[in-house]
Parts: sequence; C-alpha cells; structure tokens
Amino acid sequence: SCRELAVRGPRLQLRSLSAATSAVWLAAYGLFAISENSMVLSAAIFITLIGLIIYLHFVKIDQESLLVISSLGIQVTSSYASGKESTTFIEMGQVKDVVINEAIHMQKVIYYLCILLQDPEDPQGVSEVVPLFQSSKPRLDCLIEVYKSCQEILEQRKTPPQSS
Amino acid sequence: MVLKVFFPSCCSSADSGILIGRWISKQSSAVILAVVHFPFIPVQVKQYLGEVQRVTKVSVSVLGSWSNSKQEKEESLSEFLEDLGTIFCHEPWIQISKEGDSKFWSCSTLQKHSKNPQEEEIILVYYDQRKVMLSHLHPPLDTAGQRAEDASKLSAIFDTVARSQVLFMTDRYDEGPIKLTHWQSDGVEASIIVELLKQASVPACMLLTFLLSLVSGICRSRVLKFWPLSFLWSKLSTCEQLGHRLQHLQVISSNKKSQNQNQLMRKANIFVSLLIDMALGMLLMSWLYRKNRIGHLADTLIPVADHVAEELQDLLQWLMGAPAGLKMNRALDQVLGRFFLYHIHLWISYIHLLSPFIEMILWYVGLSACLGLTVALCVLSDIIALLTFHIYCFYVYGARLYCLKIYGLSSLWRLFRGKKWNVLRQRVDSCSYDLDQV
Repeated sequence: SCRELAVRGPRLQLRSLSAATSAVWLAAYGLFAISENSMVLSAAIFITLIGLIIYLHFVKIDQESLLVISSLGIQVTSSYASGKESTTFIEMGQVKDVVINEAIHMQKVIYYLCILLQDPEDPQGVSEVVPLFQSSKPRLDCLIEVYKSCQEILEQRKTPPQSS
Repeated sequence: MVLKVFFPSCCSSADSGILIGRWISKQSSAVILAVVHFPFIPVQVKQYLGEVQRVTKVSVSVLGSWSNSKQEKEESLSEFLEDLGTIFCHEPWIQISKEGDSKFWSCSTLQKHSKNPQEEEIILVYYDQRKVMLSHLHPPLDTAGQRAEDASKLSAIFDTVARSQVLFMTDRYDEGPIKLTHWQSDGVEASIIVELLKQASVPACMLLTFLLSLVSGICRSRVLKFWPLSFLWSKLSTCEQLGHRLQHLQVISSNKKSQNQNQLMRKANIFVSLLIDMALGMLLMSWLYRKNRIGHLADTLIPVADHVAEELQDLLQWLMGAPAGLKMNRALDQVLGRFFLYHIHLWISYIHLLSPFIEMILWYVGLSACLGLTVALCVLSDIIALLTFHIYCFYVYGARLYCLKIYGLSSLWRLFRGKKWNVLRQRVDSCSYDLDQV
C-alpha cells in the first residue's frame, strides 16, 4: 500500500569544516599583512559565516527519502542540513517503472535508481528518466533493497488488493 | 480499489458532526470539504447542499460521519452516527473518529450494498484547505482532445476545492440552520496595524487617484501634442519611464478591489517594486548630494566633452586624408569631412555656452532621483544621448547616404538584367530595352 524509504548522506565533517575555515582565514591574514587594512579580517569572518549558511541551506543534503503510495504516486523529498525540504511528487499514472540503471563515469561503473515516466502517446515508450538519491549515492546493496521494496508496492497498483 | 479520503487539516479539531464533500467514484476518492455540526435537520442539510450544488456545479453530498469525543467512546453516539448513514444514504459511508487525547484516528467504511464484502484499504490524506483552494494546477503543455481522460487525477481534487468557495462563506459562528467548520473557522489572525492600514488606504487611494487624473489630464492636453514636442517626448527615455510609472501608480490606486489572486499579486508586485525603487533613489540622492559631488561631476563634464570632440576631429582628419579613408573620391571626402567638422565645432560651442549653468541644471535634475532609481538612470542615459548628439547626426547622415547608394545600385542592377520597378504594382517587371535606351 505505501512505504517510505530514506537514505542518509554523510554528515558534515568537523575536519573539513575547520580546514576550509583555516584556509580562508590564512588567506585573509596574508592579505592583511600585505595591505595593512583591518577590514580584510572582518570581511573574511563575514564571508566564512555567510558561506557556511549558504552551504548548509542550499548545498548540503542530509537525507533523501522516497515515499511510494501505490494508488496516489511517488514523492521524493530531499532535506537539507539547515532543515529545508524540497519535494517532488509524481502521479502514479505517469510512472512506468522504477529500475536500477548502470552508467559509466570516467573509469568506473556506477549504479543509480531511477523512475521511468510513461510517454502519453506511446504506452511502451519512456518519456523521461528521473534519477533518485543523487546526493547520497547509495551503493548497489542498498539500491537492491530499495528496488525490491518499490517493486512490491508497484505490483499492487496493477492488481486490486486481495483480502488479507 | 483503494479508497482515498482527503481530509482538511483545519477540521481535525472540530466537534462531532457529519462530513460533506464530493465523491469521485472513478478514482474511488472522497474529498471532504467541511463538517456539519449537531444539531441539524436532515431536510435542511439536503436543501443547503442542493443550493450549493446549483451554484458551484460541484456534486456535493454527505459522505460520512466524524466523531471527536473528548471522553470515552460513547456507544450511543456511535449508533446514532451509523443510523445517520441510513438517512443520508451514500455508498460507502465513511466513519472517521478520534478519541480523547489519542493521536491515532480510526477510519472505516460501511458498505451495505457491496458485491464483495472485503476489507478495503483506506488511505487518509491531510490537505491544507486554504492553500489547495488558492493554488492553480498547471495543465500539461500539450492538451489534445483524447487526453482528457489521461489528465492528472489530482487535478479533480484541486478543482473540487477551488470551485466550492461558496461553501466556505457560512461558518459555524453564523446564525443559521447549518453550522459548518472549514478553513475559515480557524479565524485569520489579523493585526491592528493591518486593519488600520486598510481603513486608511481608502481615502489615500482616492486622493492619489485624483492627483493622478489631474497629472494625466495635463499630459494629454493638446499643448503638448504639437509635432516638435511630441517627437521630443517620444525620443527621451525619461518621459517614457515617467509615463510607465504613472500608469503603475494608476493601477495601484484604483478603487476597485482585485477580482482574483492574479490581480492581487500583480498589484502587490507593482507596489513593492515602486517602494524599492524609491528607496534606492533616495539612497542615491543622499550619496550624491554630499561633499559637493554634483559640483565635481559638473566640473569634469565639460573637459570630457572637449576631449571627445578632439578625438573625433583627429579621426575625421585621418579619414579625410589617409589611405584607409572614405574612399569615394577626393572632393566628396573633403566635403563630408568639412561638414562633420563644422558639426562638431557647432556642438562644442553650444556646450561651452551652457557651461556656467551645468551645475545648476544637474542639481535640479538630480532631484528627480527621488522618484526612483529607474528615473535617475533614465536621466543619465538621456544626458549621455544629448551630449553625444553630434555623433548621432553623423550616423543619420551616413545611413541616408548609404540608403541612397544602395537604391541607385539596385536600380542599375535591375537595368543590367533588363527589368524595371513598376511603381503602380510595387513589384519588379521585365522590360525589354532597346539599345539606344540603355
């Protein structure tokens, strides 16, 4: 009937945060040593704070979840580290199937889960491919679990539910 | 099929009653629009629903019962609610109940005439009624005739709520036989300041409309429509911008309330953009009028104009004489070159004549920046256009000469091919020339 699957991405590491901050502040101190203008230092602090807020609000995705309801549709939610959530809802009438696709990227083969959307004119054709979990990029074993769950729900939309 | 029930989130704290809404049997979904509270007379409820159906063309009916009991579950109430199912016969009869402080709801259906008595799955979807009512679902880009059935199923839900606005006008606090709970019952939080602003805006709007009608009356008067003046107004970008702003102000200060959400948003958009424009204009003014910046600007303007004129004169000398010049013939070169040089000389003399007044002119024109940053930018662009007017003249002369040349060449080309331009028919006809004609 309905199921929600959530994949969490890696959290913001303290060491990468401190590395970025120290790099910016070292550069600012170098500029200060050259130009003798103390505004550079305060500007650097300001930039670091603003940059961190922008990164947490617009770039860093904490968790991506997939809610599959066999009679209504599929909802994909990404929640950012600052708490912002962006959702996309695809109606069940447009969904053809959910599959695992392979892609060759540079020197390796990556697997990703995607939703195939139905072409209205051609019942056998696929009009669009919507990739899922693009930030958290789970590996194949995780993808297989998600795939199996989704397929169980998607099968129910074809046949009416039997009495349990 | 799975039964989908769309329940408005504002009704989750309502008292017990019956649910009214629309049943879409093709999708097996029930869209609940409001809750009618006890006591009510069934006949009056049916009458009211008939009226609503007539006005909104949405088939509203009684769908089920809702019970929100603060104490323990009362047996008599549940029997009463089931009996209601016989009065308002609807198939299936939906029963939603919430007990006391429990977070969980129970939702079940009563099917009396079902063919296969089986446990049906029910999906309960909360929706924010006000937002669904105000939202527009964009139709798919290519809507052909046969796609009507394939159209999004959810659009029926949005459509139902949007079209039932009449239903949301009566409330449980109104005096009447029917007491409803829907999104209006929550009450909109209003602040005193907003209400006062609304009251104050009516006379302010009327005053503004009056002033604007005066101004536009003056602008449309016949005095300003004579040929040289009207040509000037159309060329100056400041006048155009001021005209646009006037139109915007007229839109905002109109007395009619906006019909729908689109118009309201447009009005609000224009209002906010005007405010920001004026704020930025004031900022620019406060920066410009300090430390005698206008004086500095005026002082640098004349030397810059002189410098440009000198460069132009050098360029013309170069074009007149040097190998890469206007290569037509020597005499024509000299004529055109001297003509343009005379132009530059005239223009520079006029600018030097004006030079004592430049600072005052700039000072007063800078005051117009308080109308908005866009007006200030228009004025700047107009000043630049006026200062380089001579270059524009060169362009006009050059373009006309080029046009003439092309015209002459094309008629010669047609002659060469044996065709002629037929003025009556506005097209090219063939014409055989004798040798002495050619």
